[in-house]
Amino acid sequence: MEETSLAARLYRSQKLIRRAEEEIARIYPTDKIKSPVHLSIGQEAAAAGVCEALQPEDIVSITYRGHAGYIAKGAPLKKMFAELFGKSLGCAAGKGGSMHLVSMQDGVLGASAVVGTTIPVAAGVALALKQRQEKRVVVCFLGDGATEEGVFCETINFAVLKRLPILFVCENNGFAIHSPLSKRWSTLDLLSRVKTFGLSCHDVPDGNPFVVYQEAAKAVMDIRRGGVPGFLNVAVYRWKQHVGPGEDFHVGYRDQAEYKRWVKRDPIELVGKTLSEKTRNVIDNEVEEKIAAAIKFAEDAPWPNQLETFSQVYA
Amino acid sequence: MPKASRILSYFEALNEATVQVMENDPSVFLFGLDVDDHLGINGTTLGLSQRFGEGRVFGTPLSEDAMTGIAIGSAMAGQRPIHVHIRMDFLMLCMNQLINVAAKAHYMYGGTVKVPMVVRSIIGKSWGQGAQHSQGLHSLFMHVPGLKVLAPSNAYDAKGCLIEAVEDDNPVIFVEHRLLYGTKAEVPEEVYRVPFGKAKVVCEGNDVTIVGISNMVVECLRANKILEGVGISSEIIDPVSLMPLDLKTIAASVKKTGHLIVVDNGWTACGASAEIVASVSELLGDRLIKTTRLGYQPTTCPTSPVLEKVFYPNPVTIAEKTFSMVKPGSPEWHPSPELAELAYQTEFKGPF
Repeated sequence: MEETSLAARLYRSQKLIRRAEEEIARIYPTDKIKSPVHLSIGQEAAAAGVCEALQPEDIVSITYRGHAGYIAKGAPLKKMFAELFGKSLGCAAGKGGSMHLVSMQDGVLGASAVVGTTIPVAAGVALALKQRQEKRVVVCFLGDGATEEGVFCETINFAVLKRLPILFVCENNGFAIHSPLSKRWSTLDLLSRVKTFGLSCHDVPDGNPFVVYQEAAKAVMDIRRGGVPGFLNVAVYRWKQHVGPGEDFHVGYRDQAEYKRWVKRDPIELVGKTLSEKTRNVIDNEVEEKIAAAIKFAEDAPWPNQLETFSQVYA
Repeated sequence: MPKASRILSYFEALNEATVQVMENDPSVFLFGLDVDDHLGINGTTLGLSQRFGEGRVFGTPLSEDAMTGIAIGSAMAGQRPIHVHIRMDFLMLCMNQLINVAAKAHYMYGGTVKVPMVVRSIIGKSWGQGAQHSQGLHSLFMHVPGLKVLAPSNAYDAKGCLIEAVEDDNPVIFVEHRLLYGTKAEVPEEVYRVPFGKAKVVCEGNDVTIVGISNMVVECLRANKILEGVGISSEIIDPVSLMPLDLKTIAASVKKTGHLIVVDNGWTACGASAEIVASVSELLGDRLIKTTRLGYQPTTCPTSPVLEKVFYPNPVTIAEKTFSMVKPGSPEWHPSPELAELAYQTEFKGPF
């Protein structure tokens, strides 16, 4: 059955991310979403490919550009939209917003707006799994900028030292807000740096979602069998501005020609063209229905009671 | 039948509390630089790695930032870590994780996660510990909603507070003081808890309320004796828990005495003493009370013993400050400088 094939699953997952975020961009100017949004449009392959290699009980740690990871891991879209709308039925009860998506029951650890802070937290979860001798694996998504934080090196050292069941996945889009790697890295060879800590390294330099899946599957299998922690570098390209729904090529910090090259190898089309038109249509309709239902859910959901401001300060 | 109490030192009480919580709950683990070495954090963790194995008691790399995140993540996943720092000054390397993640996670993630962790740290006053080995920074943590802050001043509270802290579902900053480690108190053998948010009236009095924080409780008790000599009866209060803070007990005392002096083991500006004075004033409304504070001098901590003496409050400065507040207009009074020797100075020796 083509609709349950790997290609169909990758297509469905990426399409859901893409279309959900296009809807966010569409709704954003109405001010119904009062939370800064960092979109992954163009970068879907990383989240979709990696999560395809995981089991439902595995855990992912996402970043503030985290809609993609949240969706790809299978957390409820309705609760994500409700959270963006600031409603009480949001995944963080209207207290987190776009940058702090969470869904513990689906294995999605909460995201942080402070770059890199989630890296050791994800490793801490992996330590807990190891201490309890559980066979689950943690995937820690991070951006290229996060590898510059001291805590990244501290954490990968500890992860290898303790052989934690964790795969670090760098969604490498080449920019920290507006600063390119060339202004930030002494050498562009990230994997060589990381390798010295003893991690098992994998690279997907063209961001092909099939290859992302294959490499992630290999790494996860190895970790589940007790191997060293992994590091997977996935080259991606962010089509939209750093934060917000629009484009930013007019401001001049990046080259539009590069963007066009990446658009030509759109990860969704790359997978889509291997499927029949019929299958694509079935999936597309499914995706649209799901998003429409999620937006309606968010629109209809009640606002939080103002007294909720004071709850959950302490557990 | 309840087991007997024995006299234990502060450090022994902490060690015993850790053993008991670890025996009772397999999710508790303890880690931090050198918790498993031959010194065992001034004896507080001695023998634990042998008893519980290196899976549950282990030393760490010098990576305080990441190790704090590790504690947080493991706590979110259902473990109960105790993260130990040999000096409180090192907590500055943990601030991002403590303030931006630990304190906020339960709230920011809509109540879907809990962070039950304890961060133990030691204030290392005296013997020339100096600028970066002596700071009492508890006030920084009191400022941020989501954290609990404890500063037990004796062996009994140390054990009961640590057990309570480990069993609590929130991040707890556990403030210890090196000079308290040798102090002894009656400590029951059995597991018991000292509840958060309950101050203790250590010594009753009528003329002035003196609140002492951490080891300043010891110095306030000595000031109390000096003040008795000039007919001033002081009520000494130990908040034990700084967040939550038991303002009711303090305010009730101030209502009786009309005078409040807070003696902190930290700076006064924006500190615990400022918070206590302001909150008590607010609670007592229009009632006329006199308030004052004592703490570190507004300088960096020096190392020379001559300068160190000026930097810290001592029984004489506490007594003098109290005297001038309670008996304004009286002729100046200076107790014997010998009484200014801090409690530890008769027993504490180096090298560390």
